[in-house]
Amino acid sequence: MTKKFLLALVLIFAVSSCSFADTFKIGGTAPLTGGAAIYGNAAKNGAQIAVDEINALNGGVKFELRYEDDTHDAEKAVNAYNVLKDWGMQISLGSVTSKPCEATAAENFSDRIFALTPSASSAAVTEDKDNVFQMCFVDPNQGSASAQYIASKNLGKKIAVIWKNDDVYSKGIRDTFVEKAPGLGLEIVSETTFADGNDNDFSVQISDAQSKGAELVFLPMYYQPASLILAQASSINFAPKWFGVDGMDGILTMEGFDNSLAEGVILLTPFNADAKDEKTQKFVAEYKKRFGEIPNQFAADGYDCVYAYCQALTNSGAKSSMSNEEINNLMIAQFTSMTFNGITGENMKWSKQGEVTKDPKGMIIQKGAYVGLE
Amino acid sequence: MTMRRLINLKRVEARRIFLTYSIVIISFLICYVMSEVKILSSSMRGMLVPICAYMVMAVSLNLVVGISGELSLGHAGFMSIGAFSGVAVALIMQNINKFYPGTPEFLQNIFLNAPFRLALSMIAGACFAGLAGFLIGIPVLRLNGDYLAIVTLAFGEIIKSILNNFYFGVDKNGLHMSMITDTTNLLKGGRLIIRGPMGINGIMKISTFTAGFILVMISLIVVFNLVNSRSGRAFMAIRDDRIAAESIGLDITKYKMMAFVTSAALAGAAGTLFAMNYSTIAANKFDFNTSILILVFVVLGGQGNFLGSIIAAAALTILPEKLREFSDYRMLLYAVILIVTMLCTNNDNIKNFMQKLNPFKSKEEAE
Amino acid sequence: MIFLDFFISGISLGSIYAIIALGYTMVYGIAKMLNFAHGDVIMIGAYVCFYAVSRYKLDPFIGVALAILVSTLLGIIVERLAYKPLRQAPSLAVLITAIGVSYFLQNTALLLWSSNPKFFPSIIGRGTFEFFGGKLSVSHVTILTIGTCLLIMFILSLFINKTRLGKAMRACSEDKGAAQLMGINVNATISLTFAIGSGLAAIAGALLCSAYQTLMPTTGSLPGIKAFTAAVFGGIGSIPGAFLGGLLLGVIEIFAKAYISSQLSDAVVFAVLIIVLLVKPAGLLGKHTQEKV
Repeated sequence: MTKKFLLALVLIFAVSSCSFADTFKIGGTAPLTGGAAIYGNAAKNGAQIAVDEINALNGGVKFELRYEDDTHDAEKAVNAYNVLKDWGMQISLGSVTSKPCEATAAENFSDRIFALTPSASSAAVTEDKDNVFQMCFVDPNQGSASAQYIASKNLGKKIAVIWKNDDVYSKGIRDTFVEKAPGLGLEIVSETTFADGNDNDFSVQISDAQSKGAELVFLPMYYQPASLILAQASSINFAPKWFGVDGMDGILTMEGFDNSLAEGVILLTPFNADAKDEKTQKFVAEYKKRFGEIPNQFAADGYDCVYAYCQALTNSGAKSSMSNEEINNLMIAQFTSMTFNGITGENMKWSKQGEVTKDPKGMIIQKGAYVGLE
Repeated sequence: MTMRRLINLKRVEARRIFLTYSIVIISFLICYVMSEVKILSSSMRGMLVPICAYMVMAVSLNLVVGISGELSLGHAGFMSIGAFSGVAVALIMQNINKFYPGTPEFLQNIFLNAPFRLALSMIAGACFAGLAGFLIGIPVLRLNGDYLAIVTLAFGEIIKSILNNFYFGVDKNGLHMSMITDTTNLLKGGRLIIRGPMGINGIMKISTFTAGFILVMISLIVVFNLVNSRSGRAFMAIRDDRIAAESIGLDITKYKMMAFVTSAALAGAAGTLFAMNYSTIAANKFDFNTSILILVFVVLGGQGNFLGSIIAAAALTILPEKLREFSDYRMLLYAVILIVTMLCTNNDNIKNFMQKLNPFKSKEEAE
Repeated sequence: MIFLDFFISGISLGSIYAIIALGYTMVYGIAKMLNFAHGDVIMIGAYVCFYAVSRYKLDPFIGVALAILVSTLLGIIVERLAYKPLRQAPSLAVLITAIGVSYFLQNTALLLWSSNPKFFPSIIGRGTFEFFGGKLSVSHVTILTIGTCLLIMFILSLFINKTRLGKAMRACSEDKGAAQLMGINVNATISLTFAIGSGLAAIAGALLCSAYQTLMPTTGSLPGIKAFTAAVFGGIGSIPGAFLGGLLLGVIEIFAKAYISSQLSDAVVFAVLIIVLLVKPAGLLGKHTQEKV
């Protein structure tokens, strides 16, 4: 009897203590199935860890997180967004991939629900929308940052670019890179592409770069095709400098990948799972424990998004009882003024357009690990 | 549909047509009212326009697959042409002051009025897709059976590949286009409308459920009129026995072409409707999988059965959304449902078994 | 020399297409159905091989043997459960069922093995042979791929033309009714065809992933479609046709990428296919059957 009584007391206490903390409903769409599922699941898992950590702190802000599957398709993303709206989403994590996020961002804009996307990096995501913000670099910035980095570190003069010509991400980075390169004294000697369904055999692209004497090959793409390019180039003994962008992160954790193939690859990425700081190590350890994998930058972006929200909500004094529009306005004010320190960068600031500024870190892969470059 | 023709129809056929029209109209009214008084969830409301577009796609493909008897695996290609050309035309009309300042005022007023603009761009989308249908039809319709199917698949892929490398922009000097790389060199104030792999973004969403309903009705009227005309009977004669049809002097290519072009044009209009419901589109959306999805609507709804296509399109668009609560197992369940449905509707043993289970059916048959 | 390099890459890619296309074409020849799930059987075979070799450190050839075993069983089960009940149904119904099976296999793989791409360790390492004093290097995988393709083609031709079972298969593909009357077990023959086709798919999977070392739940679908194209290209239902179509498709694809445009290579491949079909409406080696009046 007393046991039951105690239990009831504990329950009542638990329930009442819950009601003190303010719980916000936060939702996002991501490809959880299909070819792009790896990015979606990573971002979702990262965000989930952050939510659980914040909720365990019992601070002023709590979250209820829900992710819906968009199969990397704009139409399905809008469907998923509407499901989240029916659920009562108050602030949004946008979509994980670019094209779906362009579609959901338009909905966020017209519904006045604030969005902070972890990883949708195309410029069109935030264009003309005052309440859509990005946690990742916008593609054109990555392109120009890469060109500047290559030129200033004198990594090579003759550059080959291999990019994916049906991918917004790859195209966005390539466009500014190619535009900026000549002004920085870089010569683009070879430029070749591939597309979905045509992404197995890279012999032509690699031979082209090799025969034109490229010293450095720029790979604005995700790590899966990049791993193939590295393997196929090594089989014909072509060993230029390789330069990747944030999508390259993850290559070392690919199951079965022979890390010696990636020896010497340089990449600009905001996140590094081997970083020594406490925050990153805690996150990486927790992620490994729960999901049995090393987190990539998508997971880190998802994690940072939730913490950025936590900071912004706490600072602004937003209440979950407010309307979406009120929260939205508070968030716009916060994000355009605050500075955020996360695991994907220190001193992040956002412009009015919603683009983030943070320092990309140059990394080089040595003996199967990232080493910071100065 | 003229009265005379209706009277001449067989009563069963006329009943079926009226049933189709009335079901479509009634469901539209119900959904419309529910959506206006906000009983309908946002998730359902958001799907109304794409469902209408898929219905039109299914009806138009059914004209080729069910009535004309040709398997087409590239129907999404026409949708994509309609989507891109329709949206491009709409964007030009929307910015008519900027690009063509000298346009007469009454035209400007028409162009800036959203419903008119939607209608005009759908017509443009239909024309472009119809033209593409005609050009593609010339080689395609010389082939038969699975060879025809693979060539339509090939054209679908070619259209996707070309649109992924196509750049199209407008400025004061008129239209500019280029392939592979963007060499349009637009003047300041110009707008690059189609951006290769990035597709089109910044589309103003002007598609509405009412517009979708009207398009579904138009496509039904077109299709029913065609099927129950002299040409329609020719289509079916060719489908059922090509050699016999040829021997009584039917011009096979002409009739096949008629069905193919009509179908492509309707798909084009549906593509415009679909694209104008989202702020962004890309050519990759309209790939082989989309073509297959529409074929699934047609086969599941019954070949030659337009009401079936419409219901299947609606049901299969809503189904994956309703399966969301199963999260990771969602698409697995979808696949299982698809297989089981095909088995149940096409296997004689299972069909008989189901009929035994159904008490009403057996009574009806006993009478 | 670069030309020769590309040619060899093309032949290697083409050999893989050819092995997949053989599976398509055999099933089509007998069951008259387009088995769109074929590409996904390849993927399943490749995963089995991957886990055997990479996780359980088995010998690569045992891995391939296991993959063949699993894929063959899978092919038989799928045929029994999903296609056999539809023997009398219209061909489109079977096509849609095959697409359902394809979704099913892909999503099962996604649940079982997650969406993370795996880097497939080549089953025979990454060595190369050097020719002309190092001017031309050909990897071991390429040689193995081409050799396997030729061997399969040879064995399959012998099987079809010289054995009783092969004869039964030919009879079924000509006329099922007549074959039945001659005492051939048509159902068993069709099952056998699926089993062989799926076994070939496993080999193709292991080779595909050894040559292009990546593996995801969607790995099989696009090579599947390409191989289907190759089968039609050569004349669907014809075994030498599938072989020829596969090789040509691979070579055209690589050459289009190298000498025309890497952006438009897919468009070029399909355009060539269309032109060929216009000139020879039944494919390169297909039989053009005159319809009887």
